Amino acid sequence: MLAEVAGSTAAIGYGLAAIGPGIGVGLVFSAYIQSTARQPESSRLTLPYVWIGFAVIEALALLGIAFGFIWQG
Amino acid sequence: MTDPSIVLAADVPFPPKVEDFYLPSILPWDAHNSYWFTKLTALVWISVAVLIIYFLVSYRKPKLVPTKKQWLAESIYGFVRNNISIEMIGPRGVRFAPYLATLFCFVLLMNLWSIVPVAQISPNSHIAFPAILAVISYVMFIYVGSRHHGGFFKYLKFALVPPAPWFILPLLIPIEFFSTFLVRPFSLAVRLFANMFAGHMLLLVFTLGGFAMINANAWFTPFSIVSWILTIALTFLEFLVICLQAYVFTVLTASYVQGALADEH
Repeated sequence: MLAEVAGSTAAIGYGLAAIGPGIGVGLVFSAYIQSTARQPESSRLTLPYVWIGFAVIEALALLGIAFGFIWQG
Repeated sequence: MTDPSIVLAADVPFPPKVEDFYLPSILPWDAHNSYWFTKLTALVWISVAVLIIYFLVSYRKPKLVPTKKQWLAESIYGFVRNNISIEMIGPRGVRFAPYLATLFCFVLLMNLWSIVPVAQISPNSHIAFPAILAVISYVMFIYVGSRHHGGFFKYLKFALVPPAPWFILPLLIPIEFFSTFLVRPFSLAVRLFANMFAGHMLLLVFTLGGFAMINANAWFTPFSIVSWILTIALTFLEFLVICLQAYVFTVLTASYVQGALADEH
């Protein structure tokens, strides 16, 4: 039995592309929570680096969105 | 299918497309393929006007014990000055606090339009605006680095040649060049643009998806209502993203300036 599936495979591609950044962002925040649990007074010190790391990793997922639209044609 | 709301929603296009971001022209009214003055242009001008007028008015008669308006303006500036400029760049960062505060407020306000009723779209969801902001940051950190290291080529040497054994340099120099001079402005612009683009798209999918389901079959009405409730929840998520992206853009600009001002690697 065959069912017709309509739509763009870009959706599957973006789902795959989001795995890596998802793991990466998780690692950033897990490292921040661990370091803060071990050394609570370092929380303010490490926070800017958390956001920079988060932003750099998140950019990969967002490139996935942008290129999905660029290359869909 | 006699319910008027369903008849109203009869021709809702789904799924949303990139064309949904190209709004019709305001001046001349409803002209096609004319993008000189659209809602986005109006929103940019309003943002600029609001920022200038707000900060001028709230700091017109500064008092030692600040009024509410003055307190809010001072805390925004103080936040950028202490938590971004000084924390990222160090004591020298106070010089950059005015630009960074302006940048933060401008990006924040431009992003905020995506969840303000009636406006409902951020100018930053077109790459032109983030690109210009990224170019300003790019030119600024190169200029600051050139000033600090005494010449553009000295800064280039500082930025590109890390202290490493000579045989690894052919590998390191292209990587450093790629990451510092190509990826930085590109990722700065694309990050902000893609966040606002994806946020708008997400809200469109959930709003229009509700209409699409209710149109397809009246039995889907509960799912449509869930979809619209989720739209409200996503609007709060969007607010979080808006603030975060304004902060991230400013922090990254500050960190690039800090990298250009550093004395050693």
